[in-house]
Amino acid sequence: MFKYSLLALSLFSGAAFSNVIHEERSLYRNIIVEEASDLRCLKFNTKSSQTSQSCMYKSDPDKLVFNYTKLTFASLLLIDDPKNVLIIGLGGGTLSNVINELYPKAKIHNVEIDPAVLKVARDYFHFIENDNVTSSVQDGRIFIKRAALKKQKYDWIILDAFNGDYIPEHLLTKEFFEEVKSVLAEDGVLAANTFSSSKLYEHESATYHAVFGDFINVRRENKSNRIILAGFKTPLNQAQINKRIENLSPKLKKYDVDIKAIKDYMHNTKNNQDWPADTKILTDQYSPANLLNF
Amino acid sequence: MGIELLGGRILAPFFGSSVHIWGSIITVFMLSLSLGYLMGGKLSTKNASLTKYGLIFLIASIMVVPIALFSQPIMEFIFTHIEDSRYGSLVASTALFFIPTFILGMISPYSVRLLVTDSKKSGQVAGILYFVSTLGSALGTIVTSFYLVLAFDVNTIISAFASTLGLLGLLGIAVNSKVNNKELAHV
Repeated sequence: MFKYSLLALSLFSGAAFSNVIHEERSLYRNIIVEEASDLRCLKFNTKSSQTSQSCMYKSDPDKLVFNYTKLTFASLLLIDDPKNVLIIGLGGGTLSNVINELYPKAKIHNVEIDPAVLKVARDYFHFIENDNVTSSVQDGRIFIKRAALKKQKYDWIILDAFNGDYIPEHLLTKEFFEEVKSVLAEDGVLAANTFSSSKLYEHESATYHAVFGDFINVRRENKSNRIILAGFKTPLNQAQINKRIENLSPKLKKYDVDIKAIKDYMHNTKNNQDWPADTKILTDQYSPANLLNF
Repeated sequence: MGIELLGGRILAPFFGSSVHIWGSIITVFMLSLSLGYLMGGKLSTKNASLTKYGLIFLIASIMVVPIALFSQPIMEFIFTHIEDSRYGSLVASTALFFIPTFILGMISPYSVRLLVTDSKKSGQVAGILYFVSTLGSALGTIVTSFYLVLAFDVNTIISAFASTLGLLGLLGIAVNSKVNNKELAHV
């Protein structure tokens, strides 16, 4: 608890005494890199808004700052040793860096729509690119459509394309998820970082369920973010999970990811659907995601 | 404008939501409208009548229908043949929107021809027409983006636009034939 209040305190003081070290107007938004004591953050649009896209501790760049980033690693309880990772939405490149460190042999491809974000990730957030880590500037949906045509498969797909105030609506439809499913490997998993409040919650859940069947919500009480884990075949049994936690726990420690605690935030929707059965599914024909997200 | 706005949504699944999508859509709409104006003006010099005016609406309404019916196979074809999503979206929006928008563009100049009876008042008539059509565009934009997309499927909205155009066309033709009948009766 003390740790969290300290974090909150540092974020708060950060808002009060932050320095803008870089500012850039891209085709899509204003990008601001802000520093407050040890914390460096990537923000979109305005200085005052709380929509930090990505943050890093300067003294310890390995350590993850955001909870949702940590929750994403719940995926590792469903897949063993990812070999082909696809990340839609780069931010500061944090996820890509950590996954590369954990699995140096895994191929990681990052897709980011905004060339300026890629540039800022390289210049200010130590985004690492090498033989195994590549990136392209493209709309996520087009990338996946083309990947499907080329019959490519990924065993870990991370969707992180939503920011606080805007949802690319064509990335939240039944048709899109079907395309994602077609590039997901047999034993793969999709991890989507998204919201857990607003009217959109029900529509989003119903849409995921229509395409992937039962999925897992990863979220802490009273938090507005959730990670959806979908597309997996059969979840592991308790013994297997415990074994994997034992194996992962020490590796994830340096990133400040407590996989054991995260395990308890995972809730399967099987026999546990928290949305009305008649909820309208989002499709390419009907996708007012931003209007529903109040 | 309602259709233009939906254009972004129709293209997004195949060509994404990068800025160049809107570049393609706006370019195609502007280009086809401008050519439509030219054509409509030319057409209005030859025996202008309310029937022909109604026919323009009717043809426009028919040309809007393929957007709802065939956009998927058309975009799929373009998507697989053009790798660059800039040119892909330009070709796709041309294929889907050029013809209906071209025909819709003919309406304005033709309206001027039908409404102007006194050349001194031509400026005023044109002013009112611009007012009505641009106000209509503004309303079409806001109603579509704020409310219609929340309540209906894209194809339903397109079909409703097409039906409205078709009904207006038929109305024009019906009114005209009624007027003609009356004139005949007087003779």
